[in-house]
Amino acid sequence: MGNDRTTDVATNPAPRARADGTAGVPEQGTSLWGDALYRLRRNRLARFGLAFSILVTVVSFIGPYCTPYSYDATDLVYGAQSPSPEHWCGTDTLGRDVLTRILYGGRISLTVGFLATAVSLVIGVLYGAVSGYLGGKLDAVMMRAVDILYALPFTVFVILLTVAFGQDLRLLFLAIGAVSWLTMARIVRGQVLFVRRQEYVEAAVALGLGTPRIILRHVIPNVLGPVIVYATLTVPAVMLLEAALSFLGLGVQPPMSSWGVLIKEGAEKMDIYPWLLIWPAAVFSLTLFSLNFLGDGLRDALDPQGARD
Amino acid sequence: MLRFVVSRLAQAVPVMFLIATATFFMVRLAPGDPFADEKRIPEEILANLRATYGLDQPLAVQYGRYMRNLLRGDLGPSYKYTGRSVNEIISQSFPVSLELGLEALVLALLLGLPAGLVAALRRNSAWDYLPMATAMAGICLPAFVLGPLLALVFGIWLGWFHPMGWNVASDRVLPALTLGLYYAAYIARLTRAGMIEILSQDFVRTARAKGLPEHVVVLKHALTGGIQPVLSFLGPAIAGLLTGSFIVETVFFVPGLGRFFVNAAFNRDYTLVMGTVLFYAALIIVLNLAVDVVQAWLNPRAREAMG
Repeated sequence: MGNDRTTDVATNPAPRARADGTAGVPEQGTSLWGDALYRLRRNRLARFGLAFSILVTVVSFIGPYCTPYSYDATDLVYGAQSPSPEHWCGTDTLGRDVLTRILYGGRISLTVGFLATAVSLVIGVLYGAVSGYLGGKLDAVMMRAVDILYALPFTVFVILLTVAFGQDLRLLFLAIGAVSWLTMARIVRGQVLFVRRQEYVEAAVALGLGTPRIILRHVIPNVLGPVIVYATLTVPAVMLLEAALSFLGLGVQPPMSSWGVLIKEGAEKMDIYPWLLIWPAAVFSLTLFSLNFLGDGLRDALDPQGARD
Repeated sequence: MLRFVVSRLAQAVPVMFLIATATFFMVRLAPGDPFADEKRIPEEILANLRATYGLDQPLAVQYGRYMRNLLRGDLGPSYKYTGRSVNEIISQSFPVSLELGLEALVLALLLGLPAGLVAALRRNSAWDYLPMATAMAGICLPAFVLGPLLALVFGIWLGWFHPMGWNVASDRVLPALTLGLYYAAYIARLTRAGMIEILSQDFVRTARAKGLPEHVVVLKHALTGGIQPVLSFLGPAIAGLLTGSFIVETVFFVPGLGRFFVNAAFNRDYTLVMGTVLFYAALIIVLNLAVDVVQAWLNPRAREAMG
């Protein structure tokens, strides 16, 4: 599937030529980004996704300073209360405020999502750009390596990484970012194959610019559209992975909080205290929905001809 | 065809070798020790334990021995399940995962195909929107949210099934549902898209123009083409179902390979981790090959490309 999409974008990557059917004058007044913004604004789901993502991010990063509770302060007298005016989402069996733990967990989950995405972005874009721009034997070898890595079951590989790097959380999620760049590399390569035949690249070569400079200054900026779209979709994917690992007990460790940890703790006690599962699960699912809607919306906005699966 | 299979298997040898080597060094160079966290073990016994499993030897020697045993298909003894070999654990637990995966697949097809078909035939009606919205939710809801919720509602509140375990036949329902729902949703979307495309083609119009009843047009003429995308999705789906059941097995306490793998990673049971990774990798390579062969068998054009 990834392959189809790559060729697809490579052969007709021209969202700017088909702005809005005003044939003949392709680029009058509106830029690629202006068009994209216009289309994004009209997409209700994407707007909701963007608003909710921003809301969750802001609240998660500011919220822990505003609640009167600490994420690990236990209060056994008030253990496992259902939601009340003092504790909006109730407390867990150790008397910790669930809302505070959700906010705090959101901070960790979101940080992990953005950090690992940033790592995969840097590796994937550079790998794909070098492979696509230099071409030839090197390209064949580099893409064969990607094919091989692609064939491995991804979750199995990530669990293996937790064994190797599980001691240090930051290291673990850098490692996750370092293995989730494969699709990104394929997308970028497909785009670069097209861009490198463009006149402005020829001009840069004719001017005698060095290859690294051409790749960084002329090729990469012109493939950013699909890169942004895919990066937006990588954030929820990585957050899902973090939550899954934490749920299995291989990721974030208690008493630290993350959405995966909270869902795990909630699932263990759901028969007596269902709110311990329901609140974190709801916030987590809504955030994933939002980020996916936003990513889909961006894809439609930046690449209106792109195939939708 | 035979040449294609042989050359693909030959390509798999260096790949497996690389995976085995990388896995070995990643696991061995990781900080921590499989026996370190068992407190109050006297130093001499610890040394004895290490000696028993050959962990006191230089890394190169350990690597050589591991690879030699691997060539004979021996994955070594488990460090944590005393007295059991990794081969034994895999051969006992994988059939459970296999059963769960196949049941999930059957469920996914039984739910996904009709839903997609109905959605395509009643396009832009409630029959379309309701299944497709559910499918979207099914794709987005992760197993570790869906599983506990299903266990809570159907296991605890309604009491229809056991919330966990793998003893009686009805214990298969909730795990298979949790695992299969994502694939059901995907199949529904693929079926809908495939059918909508086929139904707009000329030969379907011709069939209708001949006056054939609608069910004949749909089931006899359109369906075979319309479910092509689903057929090509089956390969990746089977691979995903067989290697992706960690969470479901953990949620419902299913004694499958996925749960052993997670426990092994948790306990730093090095040999079991390495053995399971290699087993999964080999499984995926064989499955991918099988998918290509089946596709070639179904599609003459791809057969020619394979030489």
